Amino acid sequence: MDKPILEVRDLVKQYPATTAVAGVSFSVPQGMCFGLLGPNGAGKTTTIEIMEGILPATSGEVRYRGEVQGPRFREEAGILFQKTALQDFLTVRQSIALFRGLYSSGLKIDEVLKLCALEALAGRDSRKLSGGQQQRLLLAIALVNDPAVLFLDEPTTGLDPQARRNFWDLVQSIKARHKTIILTTHYMEEAELLCDEVAIMDRGRIVAQGPPQRLLREHFAEVLLELPRQDFPDAARALPLKLLEASDRVEITTQDLEGTLRTLLAAHVPLTNLRIRPANLEDLFLALTGKELRP
Amino acid sequence: MIRRLGSVWHARNLEFLRDRGTLLFTILLPIALVVGMGLVFGGPPRPLFKVGVLAAHIDKALNPFLGERYVEFVATPDQPVALHKLTHQTLDLVVDLRGNGRYWVNTDSPKGYIVEKLLLASIPGAQRQPVTGVAVRYIDWLFPGILGMNLMFSCLFGVGYVVVRYRKSGFLKRLHATPLSAFEFLGAQVLSRLTIIATVTTILYAGIGTIIGFHCAGNLALLALLGILGALSMIALGLTVAARFSSEELVGGVLNLLTWPMMLLSGVWFSLEDSPRWVQWVAQVFPLTHVLDGARAVMLDGAGISQVAPDLLYLAATTLAFLAFGAWSFRWRID
Repeated sequence: MDKPILEVRDLVKQYPATTAVAGVSFSVPQGMCFGLLGPNGAGKTTTIEIMEGILPATSGEVRYRGEVQGPRFREEAGILFQKTALQDFLTVRQSIALFRGLYSSGLKIDEVLKLCALEALAGRDSRKLSGGQQQRLLLAIALVNDPAVLFLDEPTTGLDPQARRNFWDLVQSIKARHKTIILTTHYMEEAELLCDEVAIMDRGRIVAQGPPQRLLREHFAEVLLELPRQDFPDAARALPLKLLEASDRVEITTQDLEGTLRTLLAAHVPLTNLRIRPANLEDLFLALTGKELRP
Repeated sequence: MIRRLGSVWHARNLEFLRDRGTLLFTILLPIALVVGMGLVFGGPPRPLFKVGVLAAHIDKALNPFLGERYVEFVATPDQPVALHKLTHQTLDLVVDLRGNGRYWVNTDSPKGYIVEKLLLASIPGAQRQPVTGVAVRYIDWLFPGILGMNLMFSCLFGVGYVVVRYRKSGFLKRLHATPLSAFEFLGAQVLSRLTIIATVTTILYAGIGTIIGFHCAGNLALLALLGILGALSMIALGLTVAARFSSEELVGGVLNLLTWPMMLLSGVWFSLEDSPRWVQWVAQVFPLTHVLDGARAVMLDGAGISQVAPDLLYLAATTLAFLAFGAWSFRWRID
């Protein structure tokens, strides 16, 4: 990774009734996919919108290539907002052409259409696209200027699993072009797959930051055992195990897998539906924020 | 079904009532209309006919004709001015009661025809004088008003609603994330609307003009310049209104509050010569008044650039002022 392309220093965003961002600092090297994770209201979107130059910060600063965001940043940044409406009555090609015309340099429209698998939809009215197609069009618009840094704010929220995986493939192909990507997401699977580094935010602050695997190693030396709730007898609750009960299952975390299995067998807990897995980013997210996901 | 209808009715009412800006303008607009109409058209019944008398003042003892009911007699000592008003049908008849009596009548005026009969009943020997120059029909006088009114609605609503819709949908926010500046965005809106309105107005001018057999007395390029500056001024006014609002209903209320007084007080349908002085003064504030005054001078009287220069300057100045204020107060996103 190269030197930071983006630096966020002591960022604060204060609203009359709340502090959305309460002193956030991090830097993003060129070519990295950096994920901002957090529950609703954690301050992810506010942070990314200040980074995009859309919202002014109450204090702190964002530097792009060592300088305060200016005209160069606008020319070199590609942005996909959480929600964006496009101009009515324009086709996919015309919508891309509109935005291409706003930048001094960038990709050819046919190139963008191909990159986002939109060639077959080029002549379609942009209002008549499915959710996944619409997101691909918005990604295409974010790519028209061949950006050095790409902001994706919850790009797959509301998409079906197939469209989501399709979108991930696109983002990975963009990553392969050595683009810097700033991604906010609710989906831990998405962050684990795409991000080189993540920052988990809660109540306007970063509570953990680093590469996903390193964070998992730091926070979880254990494996997780999951059992359906109905398979876990009440008597077993008295066993010396680290338990976490969810509505439909019981989770046991342990560093001694064999010993835990022996304890469960001795207590006659049926293990037919037992699932053993390593901790993932979602476990880390819940452990750090203490909140259920609210996609 | 009634319950479902009631639920939606209730929710929509709450939405409307809680949008305070819209509520305020919805209440203010009819009040302003009633008050405005009352001030302009209120008072004692108006006479049916208006006769210019070539005299320094009206002396009713001079002739029984001056005692006719429902006729307003106006002292107009300047004969060319009186005859000009006659051709424009702001006077129905001009009389000179000195000597045996003579009069001028616009043969295209139905009211002139009737008031002529009244005159001849009082003064059978009055001599009819030819009106020099081309008599202006009401339709000729109205024609610039129709074009101007179309221009006003298209410029104000066409720009105002669109910008608010863009802001509300988040399209403006997306544009803000590009190198596009507010000035460039507003400039593009102005030019786009100007292109549309210039095309539509040209078609209307050519089409209606052909149907009614209208011929412009003055220079068409000067008329086009007036139209362009008038359109620019009103587009800029529309942008100023839409600079920061995010409710189409609120903007609709504000635009109605602007367009109705302009339509009534700028002389679209009738001349405001008889209106109180303050009404005429207020009318001078509206860009549409200057568009219509200038356009009528060029179209009907063949006025040159020096005669309509004050109107051109006013329209240019208001364009710059509205654009400057609109750009200063412009917001890309909902606050």
